[in-house]
Amino acid sequence: MDVNDVRRAVWRMAHELLEAEKGLDGLVLIGLQTGGVPLAEKLAEALKKIEGTDVPVGSLDVAFYRDDIGLRPVVPEAPSHVPWDLTDKTVVLVDDVLYTGRTVRAALNALADHGRARAVRLAVMVDRGHRELPIRPDVVGKNLPTRADELVDVGPDGVTIGDLVPVGDGEPRRSGPT
Amino acid sequence: MSAHLRCIDDLGRDGVDAVLKLTDSMVEVGRREIPKVPALRGRTVASLFYEDSTRTRLSFETAAKRLSADTMSFTLASSSVKKGESLRDTVLTIEAMGVDAIVVRHASSGVPWQLARWLEGSGVSVLNAGDGWHEHPTQALLDVYTICGEHKAGSLEGLRIAIVGDVKHSRVARSDVFCFAMLGASVVLVAPPTLLPPAIEGWPCEVAHDLDEVLGDVDVCYLLRMQAERTTEALVPSLREYAAVYGLDRRRAQRLPAGAIVMHPGPMNRGVEIAPEVADLPNAVITRQVANGVAVRMAVLFHLLTGQAHEEVRF
Repeated sequence: MDVNDVRRAVWRMAHELLEAEKGLDGLVLIGLQTGGVPLAEKLAEALKKIEGTDVPVGSLDVAFYRDDIGLRPVVPEAPSHVPWDLTDKTVVLVDDVLYTGRTVRAALNALADHGRARAVRLAVMVDRGHRELPIRPDVVGKNLPTRADELVDVGPDGVTIGDLVPVGDGEPRRSGPT
Repeated sequence: MSAHLRCIDDLGRDGVDAVLKLTDSMVEVGRREIPKVPALRGRTVASLFYEDSTRTRLSFETAAKRLSADTMSFTLASSSVKKGESLRDTVLTIEAMGVDAIVVRHASSGVPWQLARWLEGSGVSVLNAGDGWHEHPTQALLDVYTICGEHKAGSLEGLRIAIVGDVKHSRVARSDVFCFAMLGASVVLVAPPTLLPPAIEGWPCEVAHDLDEVLGDVDVCYLLRMQAERTTEALVPSLREYAAVYGLDRRRAQRLPAGAIVMHPGPMNRGVEIAPEVADLPNAVITRQVANGVAVRMAVLFHLLTGQAHEEVRF
């Protein structure tokens, strides 16, 4: 996917969200650190263009809720920013790549500490398969079948698939914890 | 190989930076309605305090609980030490119960190193909560975090910091001097010669004896507590005279440059090293130091117990 493909996908995702939620009332976008945060902002821009309404955008770092703490170095990228009580809100979790589903599992637990949301939806730019938990997205930019040893990157230039390449000390670079 | 925090050098520059960054996230956790995350679920942190403490012990225990670790607390008064149990036996007993970290405070310098030797191979981390006159690394980290939060630059690079008072008996001063200097601050110790440690030569700081000469040009004025319980000899003529020469009274506080902050590790002797009204001025950040203490100790526990530090000591 190049930049234009991503832009069109964001536009379509915004429309799908609006249609499914029947408007923006009580809707909050929360991007997952780090890849989901710019995507959540793009979605909010698209929603503003369509409906003329500002949608609150927050960010969530799930490091302290991960299930692999102690198995690998888990370091938070940035403090979470969820300055609202989520009780009775509809939360749209936004991430760039959906992979095993473990990040989303951690995010669901993290969200619960901010109140009892009325509903939680999941929007991702790329669903690359290989789920390890019973989690599915509600809105998807692109379904992208991959091998587990490939690396999917959603960057400012669009979506790229690369191979896990040995870097530096010969250890393979991890694909993002998605 | 377990990771310890016995002194600032155990972390090194990279470790200090990692802990400070982590602290930002811990501060956010602390602001929530439910200030608790499951990060250290299933781990146990024991605190072993052979000396009195309010803030450090409570702050470590709060930190561990906010990360969902279990806590075990040992206080001298109600322990088997009263029946004559040695430090080594006490430590091995606690280790046998299955702990991941021991937070220790002791009147003797070097106790955390001794514990680390006894616990070698057990995977237990030792955290120094103050050993004698030696080090108090988490205090230095929370001081650094507080200074970074108060100064626009957000770092210690180029700041001038005066540490005033009883340096000789102060583990806070020792950890602070090394940590502040490591992060690029220029440190000046201000004290009468009797309250300076005997071997100050290797320290990365200057020494002055006149507070009034130093005051006009500092970004941070850090006051140390006069330690009546440790001062066995008559090192100052009287506390009143000390207050007159080295205490931060209102007159001296007014001579601090705009934006300079006043710090104190607590507990304060109001009217000795700090005048009662100066401690309540807006640029006195003493309660912020305490508030940051919990977040910094959360960061330290998370850093040491989740393997971040192991990666660094591997090579």
